[in-house]
Formats: sequence, structure tokens, C-alpha cells
Amino acid sequence: MKPRDLTDLAFRNLREAILRNALTTLGVAVGVASLVAMLSLGVGLQELASKRLSQSGLFDTIFVTPKNNFRGMGRPQREVETDKPARTLDEDARKEIEKLPNVIEVYPQVRFFTEVRFNNKPFATVVAGMPESSRNSGSFDGMQGNFFSSPTANEAILQIEFAKDLSEQPASLIGQDLVLRYAERQALPANDDSSAPSGEPSGGFSVVPKELRLKIVGIVETEPAAGYGGYGNARLLMPLSTASTLRAAQVNDLRDIVRDNTANKTTYPSLSVRAKSPSQVETLEASIKSMGFAAFSLLDASKSLRTFFSVFDLLLGIFGSLALAVATLGIVNTLVMAILERRREIGVLKALGAADSDVQQLFFVEAGVMGLFGGFFGVLFGWLLGRAITFGTNVYLKRQNLNPIELSSVPWWLVIAAIVFAILVSLAAGLYPASRAAKLNPVDALRYE
Amino acid sequence: MPDAETAIQLDRVSRQYTMGGATIRAVNDVSLSIARNEFLALLGSSGSGKSTLLNLIAGLDRPTSGSIMAQGQNLAELTSIELARYRCNTIGMIFQSFNLLPRMTLEENIELPLRLAEVDRGERPGRVREALERVRLTHRLGHRPTELSGGEQQRVAIARALVNRPKILLADEPTGNLDSTTGEAILSLLRDVQRQLGMTIVMVTHERPLAERYADRLAIMGDGRLLTASEPAREDAR
Repeated sequence: MKPRDLTDLAFRNLREAILRNALTTLGVAVGVASLVAMLSLGVGLQELASKRLSQSGLFDTIFVTPKNNFRGMGRPQREVETDKPARTLDEDARKEIEKLPNVIEVYPQVRFFTEVRFNNKPFATVVAGMPESSRNSGSFDGMQGNFFSSPTANEAILQIEFAKDLSEQPASLIGQDLVLRYAERQALPANDDSSAPSGEPSGGFSVVPKELRLKIVGIVETEPAAGYGGYGNARLLMPLSTASTLRAAQVNDLRDIVRDNTANKTTYPSLSVRAKSPSQVETLEASIKSMGFAAFSLLDASKSLRTFFSVFDLLLGIFGSLALAVATLGIVNTLVMAILERRREIGVLKALGAADSDVQQLFFVEAGVMGLFGGFFGVLFGWLLGRAITFGTNVYLKRQNLNPIELSSVPWWLVIAAIVFAILVSLAAGLYPASRAAKLNPVDALRYE
Repeated sequence: MPDAETAIQLDRVSRQYTMGGATIRAVNDVSLSIARNEFLALLGSSGSGKSTLLNLIAGLDRPTSGSIMAQGQNLAELTSIELARYRCNTIGMIFQSFNLLPRMTLEENIELPLRLAEVDRGERPGRVREALERVRLTHRLGHRPTELSGGEQQRVAIARALVNRPKILLADEPTGNLDSTTGEAILSLLRDVQRQLGMTIVMVTHERPLAERYADRLAIMGDGRLLTASEPAREDAR
């Protein structure tokens, strides 16, 4: 029989016992829905975690430090030593790195320990400069207040715990001023002491206490890239350009002054290099290392995360499949019943010239059609279930004063895979009934009343 | 060896079943020759083996021993797919209980053998109409079998059997469910069709008077054996 005739007959047969076949299809749909809902939660959670982590800037960022930095002390050296001599991480190096392919931006880590005065009370904290690019990275989504009005504004965003230290009602801090007290590094003129041997290092720098008034514009849950860089969590964030102009004394300043004559040159304890995508991080990291710097990225952590979610999805898929397995039994039952009911019809078909394979294919197509519709509606129900779970979760999160999240996600590959899986499972379920129908003896079938 | 004038040749055909340890010989060593364009009536009491013999000729069942040649094909040598093709293209069958599919309209019922024979869709409506015209039921095209009388249903079954233009028509008690007047009308129709289309008809019946009136020849079975059969009536002898 031609495929179109086969499909016509299959649809006709399914329509005739519409209630039973619709219920069987509904069974498949519920099975697929449970599978899709489970996997959509798995995928949603994975996307959520990946989004949070990529927003943190950890996975597309390479942290560059001079070789043999302080922070390397006592820690295992990750990178393979190259023949290149250690270089100073100065402005020239920053520009050189910026020219590497697939680099979006290179910015210094400005992070220093200092004191903040608010309502005439001192608070010790770590201050960090935030590059302008972090405005659109999503890291500040859901924050209270606003991001900095301009890259050079004298404004501050507080980390929530720090804000709670300052005031019992953190939200009321927005719009108020605080005073940042810091140690400014001022370069001393070159040593003109005639007794000094020629070629001696320059005169170093002096440290002068300074103050800067900052307007609090926002409050954020956590600092993006919290703690990475080795100086602890920053609890006060300010625009990177503003932070750079402060020339606040940093951890590496003392090291630089004793090591060489570059005190008058801007050097950085570390630079953050943002790649266009995490996939380019590895090659970029190698290029930077070959320039004579130490470089480190969190790509390995991302890989283990993917492995974890693969196993997680697998487990969710297995639980989701249980309902589909039950639905499969429904298909077998429906088709076996159909054989009993249509026994005489099968006999007539055979008497009229249907081959065993025609009868087998007819039952197969009927099972496949139930799988197709079950799969389609299952995906729809699964998606709705996922939305309902997300809605419920967000209602709960809102009551807890937390930001809403997108808990479930049904990507195209899941839609197609679920429908194909439903069809395959239904065909497998139709295997036994179809072969039983095909083997039916036409003489017995015609005699059947 | 069957000659060119022979449509069906049965040679020492037997069909036995084993039931609860006992062997039942439903058809026992039957040899019979049926000529082209012959209308043969197969008579016998219930359980005489006539329907079993008809099923063997239809290729719905295979003999335990012996050979059946139909339209030059040795049925014993055909694979199950070839046998299905034989049923589709060479023979047409009608039954006592009509065996129309109640869920389908007359048109769809008659189209069914055309679907199985993979006839082009464009050709089908004409073939269906032609078959219905032959049984004078064109006006009932869109009706369902349950909306028809017994006689009408049997006429639809005849149209369905004819739609693939078979050479042999096998009828299993075609008047068994009909009153005598309608039964006569059906046999008259079969006789007309046989003459117009030049077909061979083998009809199983237990109504001897009707068989004598419409068939060319009678073959009588009893206990699985062929008891009497007169020589085939040749075309030129009729």
C-alpha cells in the first residue's frame, strides 16, 4: 500500500475509536509532558547557573598578573613556565594585550583596603573599581537603585551586607553621601643626591591621606567576580576610571618600589582581560603567557559544571521517562484491543489482497500517529508545567524579597527531541500488536463474529 | 497439465488440521478442473469441506498436500507477498455476511482493493463508479453499509470484488443471508457479470435449486471428498 493510503486509513481508524485513542494519546502526552517538564527544569537551571557565572565575568575573563607575584606565594604554580623573562605589568603591557585578537577590553584591577566614613562613623572595607562594560553584563540586574550615571562619576554602589552595616534600612542609603578616606600615592622627584651611584632607582613615592565624597546610587547582592584576584570581597564599588584617578596605594606598590626603577610608571598588580567568548579564553591565555605574564582563567570550573548538569539532566530524564513508560503500556493495550475489535476487518483486508506487511504497517502508523500527537501535546503541556513551576517559584521568591528567576527553559532541540522520542517509543510499543495483527490467520479472522 | 482453457486446476489437494490430537481431513484428495468463464457451484452439507476448498483456491490458506494452479500460477510456489498480490489482482471474493467495513462509505469500501493494488488516485473514482454502475447502486455512493438492505450490501460486495477486474470470482454462500427473491437477483447479477466480463466463478452454496438454475456445472462434496462433478462445460458447448 502507498504511504498516503496507509496514513489515510490509519487516521480513519484512529478517528473511529476517537475517545479511546484520544485517551491513549493523552497518556503519551502526559508522559512526554513529565519528561519535558523535568528536562526543561534541568536546562533552565543549567542556563541560570551559566548565565549567573558568565555575568560574573569569570568564564570569559583571564586574570593576568606579573610572574612571581605575591599572590603566587605558597600556592601551586598552575602555568607551565615559559622561557620568556618575567615582565612588569605596566601600561605598555596593557596596550600590547589589548591588541591581541578576540580581546574586548583590558582593565586593571583597582582594589584597595581603606576606610569609609558615614554619619561620622568609620567603616573598614575593600573598594573595587568597576569597568563601564559591567553595566550591560547583567551582573547588576535586579539591583536596588541604579548603575553609575557616568564612567567618571563620584558615585558608589554598596554590597548589601556592607549597606546593612551602614544602616538598618539599606534602601534609605540610596541618594546619601559617604566619604572615602584613602592613601594617595604621590611620586617623589628623582633622587638628585650626588653621592648616589649613577643608575640608582628613582626616589619612590610618598603616601598622602585623601578624602573623596561619593554618592550612593545603588545596592547590589554580591560583587561580580567576588573575591577573585586575591584581595577579598569588595564591599564598595565605584567607577573604574574614578578609582584609577585616585592613585590609591595598592598592595604591589611596595614591591615595585624595591624591585626596580619603574615607580614613576603606572604598574598594575593585575589586569582583567575579557575575551569575546569563553571558547577563545584558552588560546588567549596561552598568548598572554607567552608574553611573559602569569595568566589564569576559570575554564576548568566551567567544564566540570557542564559535566554535572549532563548527569543532572540524565537523572531528570530517567524520572521523566517513567510516566512515558506507563503511557507506552497504554499504547500496547489500545492496539491489542484494536486487534480484537478489528479482527474481522483484518481478515477482510487480507482477503482483498493486503499483505502481512500492509497490516503491520497500518498498526505501526496508527501507533506512530498517536506518538506524534502525544509528543506534540506533551511538549505543550510540559512547557505549560514548566511555566507554572516558574510562576510558583517566583511568587515564593517575591514573598522572600528575592529577584525572580527563569527556572525552566524549553529549547528547540528539546521540542524536536521530545516529539521524535514520543514517536519512537510509540512505534516500539506498536511493534508487538502490529506483528500480532500481521500474523492473524485470515480464515480464522473472517470466521470471527 | 492444465490447458489454456483451464482457469483453475486442483490436483489431489488435501487440507488437514490437528485438533486435540485428532487429525481432521477438511479436504481430502480433491482433484478438479475449472474452465475459463465457467460458473461452477460447489455444493455440500455443512462441514463437507467446500468453504475450506474455496479458501485454498483464494490463497487464504495453503493445502497440506497437492497442488492448485490458478490462471497459470502454482499457488504452492508463491510467497506470502505474491499470494497477497494474487488475491488482490487475480481473484475477487464475496461472502455470506458481505464483510463490508461498516465505518466506511460504499465508495470507500469499493476503493479499498484499489488502494491495496496501488492504483493511481486519479483513476480510482472512475473505477469505483464503473463497479457501482455494474451493480446499479451509483446513487448510494456516499452511504454507509448499515443504511442498505442485505441485497444491496451484497451488490456492493460484488462491486468491491470486481473493481480490480479479476479473472476469477469466488463466492462463499452469497445468498445465505438473503431471502429467496433477493438471492435469485444476486445470482442473476453474478451470471450477467460472468457473461459480460468473461470471468470464472466458483460459488459455494447449499441451495441446490438455485445452483442448478444459474451454474454451468455442479460439484458436490461430502466429508472432504469430491463426490460428483460433471465435465466442465466448454465455451463452445454453452
